Amino acid sequence: MTLLLALAIGALYAAGTYLLLRRSAIRVVFGLALLGYASNLLVFTAGRLSREGPPIVPEGAATAAATSADPLPQALVLTAIVIGFGVQAFALVLLKRTCQEAGTDDVDAMREET
Amino acid sequence: MIVAVLSTFAVAALAPLLEKRLGRRAAPLLALVPAGLFVSLARHVPEVSAGGARTDALGWIAELGVSLSFRLDGLSLLMALVVTGVGAVVLLYAGSYMEGHPRRGNLLGYLLAFLAAMLGLVLSDNLVGLFVFWEATSLLSYVLIGFEREKAEVRASALQALLVTGGGGLALLAGFVLLGQAGGSLEIGALAANAEAVKASPLYLPALLLVLLGAFTKSAQVPFHFWLPDAMAAPAPVSTFLHSATMVKAGVFLLARLHPTLGGTPEWTGIVTTVGAATMLTGALLAVGQRDLKRLLAYSTVSALGSLVMLVGVGTPAALAAAMVLLLAHALYKGALFLVAGIVDHETGTRDVASLGGLFRALPVTAVAAAAAAFSMAGLPPLLGFVSKELLYDAALRASPAPLLLVPVAVGSNMLLVAVALSVGWGPFTGRAGETPKAPHEAPAAMWAGPLLLGLGSLAAGLFSGAISPFVSSAAAAALGAPHALTLELWHGFNLVLAKSLATLVVGVALFAARGRIRSLAGSLAPLAAFGPGRLYRAGLAGLVRLAKGTAALLSSGSLRQDLRIVLAATVALAAPLLLTRAVLGAPDALRSVRPLEAVLALLVVAGAVATLLAGSRLAAVVALGVTGFGVALLFLVFGAPDLAMTQFAVETLSVLLFVAVLRRLPRLQSRSAPRARVVDALLAGAVGAVMTGLVLAVHAEPLRSSLAPFFRESSLALAKGRNVVNVILVDFRGLDTLGEITVLGVAALGVWSLVRLRIASRGAGANGGRS
Repeated sequence: MTLLLALAIGALYAAGTYLLLRRSAIRVVFGLALLGYASNLLVFTAGRLSREGPPIVPEGAATAAATSADPLPQALVLTAIVIGFGVQAFALVLLKRTCQEAGTDDVDAMREET
Repeated sequence: MIVAVLSTFAVAALAPLLEKRLGRRAAPLLALVPAGLFVSLARHVPEVSAGGARTDALGWIAELGVSLSFRLDGLSLLMALVVTGVGAVVLLYAGSYMEGHPRRGNLLGYLLAFLAAMLGLVLSDNLVGLFVFWEATSLLSYVLIGFEREKAEVRASALQALLVTGGGGLALLAGFVLLGQAGGSLEIGALAANAEAVKASPLYLPALLLVLLGAFTKSAQVPFHFWLPDAMAAPAPVSTFLHSATMVKAGVFLLARLHPTLGGTPEWTGIVTTVGAATMLTGALLAVGQRDLKRLLAYSTVSALGSLVMLVGVGTPAALAAAMVLLLAHALYKGALFLVAGIVDHETGTRDVASLGGLFRALPVTAVAAAAAAFSMAGLPPLLGFVSKELLYDAALRASPAPLLLVPVAVGSNMLLVAVALSVGWGPFTGRAGETPKAPHEAPAAMWAGPLLLGLGSLAAGLFSGAISPFVSSAAAAALGAPHALTLELWHGFNLVLAKSLATLVVGVALFAARGRIRSLAGSLAPLAAFGPGRLYRAGLAGLVRLAKGTAALLSSGSLRQDLRIVLAATVALAAPLLLTRAVLGAPDALRSVRPLEAVLALLVVAGAVATLLAGSRLAAVVALGVTGFGVALLFLVFGAPDLAMTQFAVETLSVLLFVAVLRRLPRLQSRSAPRARVVDALLAGAVGAVMTGLVLAVHAEPLRSSLAPFFRESSLALAKGRNVVNVILVDFRGLDTLGEITVLGVAALGVWSLVRLRIASRGAGANGGRS
């Protein structure tokens, strides 16, 4: 499964990178979103995959099971998801405004105009 | 000694302020600093002459064997006396020479700082300490040569001097490091004691070559001699101080200092003697045809530096003693002549020897000083220059490998130098008065005092050469690494050396008489100068600039996408070999089994990404992106991260809403890139994907050693009273992180809000006062 997920992460990075290199700014924003997913999965996977359930201390026990999923990457990824959303929202609104002002979402055309 | 050097730096920093406050009285006051140092150093002469040495050390980076250790022996005392003595004279002179210049205080400060650096250089007994002062002199020489910074050619000359000596400095540093490796210490004294091991080391030859490169560039040896004449763009006091008495001698000093450690081998003798002899002859040949007073002096200085290097290369006791006497004699007469050239330039407005003549009437004191210095340079008894020339010939005659070659070179060069000396110190003051831009008057006493003092010094040192013998012997002994006793005498009787001295004078005077013809001959040969090593320097510099421009244009095209491609390609190229080999080694502790649901989710994620890639409409792309997002959320859920899944679901829902809200306002998807660019990008993106897959696998190939996971699992309930470990981490253990996250979100929200509200003024709106 790790291999499969590694391939999926590679595919997400490849797709995101390709979109990042487009002239159309809206595709760049899509690429940014894909790269965000890819990075979150990368950090999550680096903490090892576990099917033994979430890191929650059961009722009556003092500690979470040693086999449960690693809580640290989860905490990091959770922060990343939320910040990724902030970035995406900002990028999207910026894109909208820029397209309104420039009349195009072609980044090359925007450059020539300025 | 340490205190003296460091406090001189401090005074240098205060010099501009002092000049502002005291005006013309500042320079004589500042000159008292080196004068005081001179006197306090001179008190050690009897002790050092008797073979004693003083040391002084201050720990710096003890772990690396670096310390500010100073050593006052014959060699460093001789250099230190030259530096402080000439320094005092030059400071006094500079105050008057730069009268009315708005940055006179700065020049005085730079000169004093240079003096301190030079003093540190000659006193250092640690290679790293010496190197630091060495580089300081290079940097300060850049500032000093380029003092008249408004002129482009002055700046170019300063840069040239800096690049040549600074490049040599880099080689020197490498050489010092190798030397330290070979000898097991960075202390020069310890290295000298360990000389046999150094010479036997395989690092000896590379260390020697690098150190020589540093010394040769600093002391303007062929083929690096070209920077010195060009550095004559500096004001006269700077040329006097740096280019006759001190900085250019640093290379010679270093060779003498390291002679006990590195010298005496066939490589040393062969290279150093040959380069020195070649420089002596080249400098003399180039000097004799010059018309500019300062360039005449500069080329003759190149020649004298060549003589010094040659003598250190020969390395016999007689040769080293000759080098020490020549070093002193040269500092005295060349310092005086540079100052005289400055006075002549200052008073007449020209430095062209062809148009100067009969200045004795207008400048009697300067003329006397000039004549004394010129006669010493020409080697006329009873001046010190005569003594040093006798010793030079004697050493060349008795050089072991090739006296047949060295003697003609030495005699020939000195014949030419006699003509140069007379052209500078005799010609302008005698004969018919020439047409000069300004009517000359005698310079102020502060200006003629220096050359007169140095000229008289040449005379006194020559007359009483017996008295300075023990001191000069101790300097030679330090360079030799063994005691040496030498008695200087004016009169050696009728012998071969005297015959050569006489012949030198006769031919030199004849050459001086024929100077008009020599100059016109040199003028007709002038175009050949374009083929000198200076051409190589200029071509190299231009090439470097072109290379830099080309690299910048290649790597930074101004297009973000292009730059991104380069960054990505470089990352792939650098990371791929390592990551892929590690990934292929396998992932021992990876989860190998695959469950159907998990496989479907992974495929869903990939399918969503591919669909985003291929989507023809905005809506389709947003939907496809949403599929990927929900797929990722479900993967989180499957692998024990319900909190992540929940957050991802919420964010995904919000994202889709957001996209839909602005989608209508966005332009339609269009294909803009050329097919070729798409192929390149697809290949690049594929490579990036492969590298990231490799990264995941490589991470799994390493065993996981996390001490944090057990800590959080165990402490969550005990310390933070929470059962959901991830939540506890976020709000408790890493609560500040979460606060930062919230702040980021707040800032993003502000940005979004202001972008929505922002009305960018259209181009014409500027006229309406910019109201929106």
